[in-house]
Amino acid sequence: MINAIKVEQLTKKFGNINAVDNISFEVKKGEFFGFLGPNGAGKTTTIRILTGIINATSGKVSIMNHDIGRHKLEAKKLMGVIPEVSNAYMDLSGWINMMFQGELYGLHRKELYALSKELLIDFDLYSRKDQKVKFYSKGMKQRLIICMALLNRPEILFLDEPTSGLDVSSTFMIREKIRNINSGGTTIFLTTHNMEEASQMCERIVIINKGRIAAVNSPENLKLTVKKLQSIIVAFDRDMDKKSVYSLPGVKDVEKVGDKMRIFTEIPGELVFHLVDFARENDLKILTLNTLTPSLEDVFLKLTKEGNG
Amino acid sequence: MFLEQLKRAWVVCKKDIRIYFFKAPVLIFGILFPIFLFLAFGIGRDLSVGDLLPGMIAIALFFTSAAIVPLIAPWETRTKTLERLVSSPILISTIILGDILASFLFGIIITVIPVIVGIISGISIKSLYIFIPGVLLASFCFSSLGSLMSTPPSDTPANTNMISTVIKFPLVFISGIFIPLGDIPVWGRVFSYISPLTYFTDLVRFSIDKKNYFPVGIDFLALFIFSLIFYILAVKLHQRNIPRRI
Ligand SMILES: Nc1ncnc2c1ncn2[C@@H]1O[C@H](COP(=O)(O)OP(=O)(O)OP(=O)(O)O)[C@@H](O)[C@H]1O
Ligand SMILES: [Mg+2]
Repeated sequence: MINAIKVEQLTKKFGNINAVDNISFEVKKGEFFGFLGPNGAGKTTTIRILTGIINATSGKVSIMNHDIGRHKLEAKKLMGVIPEVSNAYMDLSGWINMMFQGELYGLHRKELYALSKELLIDFDLYSRKDQKVKFYSKGMKQRLIICMALLNRPEILFLDEPTSGLDVSSTFMIREKIRNINSGGTTIFLTTHNMEEASQMCERIVIINKGRIAAVNSPENLKLTVKKLQSIIVAFDRDMDKKSVYSLPGVKDVEKVGDKMRIFTEIPGELVFHLVDFARENDLKILTLNTLTPSLEDVFLKLTKEGNG
Repeated sequence: MFLEQLKRAWVVCKKDIRIYFFKAPVLIFGILFPIFLFLAFGIGRDLSVGDLLPGMIAIALFFTSAAIVPLIAPWETRTKTLERLVSSPILISTIILGDILASFLFGIIITVIPVIVGIISGISIKSLYIFIPGVLLASFCFSSLGSLMSTPPSDTPANTNMISTVIKFPLVFISGIFIPLGDIPVWGRVFSYISPLTYFTDLVRFSIDKKNYFPVGIDFLALFIFSLIFYILAVKLHQRNIPRRI
């Protein structure tokens, strides 16, 4: 079976910056693939190269066996693209935007009408189809862009942070739709800096940092790592020894951070009660107490350490 | 594939017509500006409509056909529609051709107005077989020039408008519009030769009363060569600069 996407030693330089630094990976047909990384990791740059919008400095990209450098048009016909910052034409109606997009891909009128209607109904936009896009809400605009990207029935759908800046219900709806599209057999390439989104949605996750692949991971493993890295920050009115809190149930590790302690645990909810009891027994006052979910940086460090050791 | 891309260019052109024909900067720089320019320099010099008409037609086509296309690239950069457009299966040269086509049509439509003014005043265009192909070729030529002026990767339509005005404005004065070429001193005529507008004005003069300066064949050849240069340069520079706009 051929891969949907094959990337070999891809590098993109902007002046001295290596935005993408010699990365290689493959995405299988029908896979829901996640590309996870913090701001500036090189996600958007990678997606732009894969979709033929910018050229790589070096390396090779194949989309369904079409080399993106040499057979750009053929490759582009097979994909749907939802760029990170992108808009439909504000001065045109949702419907005209759909017509324009469909005609760019050479759809026939009858098919285009039928499919546009179906998609707009499915994404809850049909009743507003004749209104100019400038009057749409942010969530509606994003849904329209997704509809437009689906018009050519793509075999691979590229989404660059499709839910960033949307509210909970729009996010929920869009995630649900993307899942359905994937169930229909479409390969999904999704970038995000949201660990929860990546572990919820994707089958396989590549973690990228500073243009390099930091880890290839399964969502289960990612969830587990996140869980392991949960912590509580606590400060007492007296200086306490690290060892004294080690014995509390659920404590994995303790770090001194200034006058505070950072206690790693997989069960932060329960540990809070133990800490309160501990304070009472030792006649301590709790000055501050916060639970901390790990940042993407924490997860990287952990995963890369595990990878190396 | 060529035919397919040509159809896509038409799709891009239709989109441009819908969006840009009625934008304020197009109406100001494409229609009001040339009217004022004309009033300021043409009227009050005791010239008849017959003397003014070639200049009127030349200015109308020159400004309107080069009015829309410089706006499109910066506008689409600013409104973030460019990246999706570039991700679709069309060549950059196709996008450029579509944009030029929209400008081309706008120029032709507006040019009908001074032609009608002429007819009402009793001046008809006698050599339509020269005039019509001349208008078509010149409109393409000026639109390509407009596209070329929008290649700097700016996202501010006002910037490209300024560039295009700075280039267009002086051309009006060296192209035999207000003063026939034969009356310009020889050293000034040298500049006229490098302006595509010169050759179009000359064609219009021929079409109305055969008061042309160059042979008609030279006019067509010059406009053709300018068109080719402008189009190819515009495509090359846009190909280089579009990734920088995104
Ligand atoms: N056109 C450009 N010119 C110069 N540098 C660029 C350009 N595009 C991206 N970069 C740089 O390349 C690096 C990667 O950027 P990229 O946009 O790919 O990151 P990202 O992972 O998408 O980040 P975010 O989560 O913020 O969207 C950054 O350091 C960025 O500043
Ligand atoms: Mg990005």
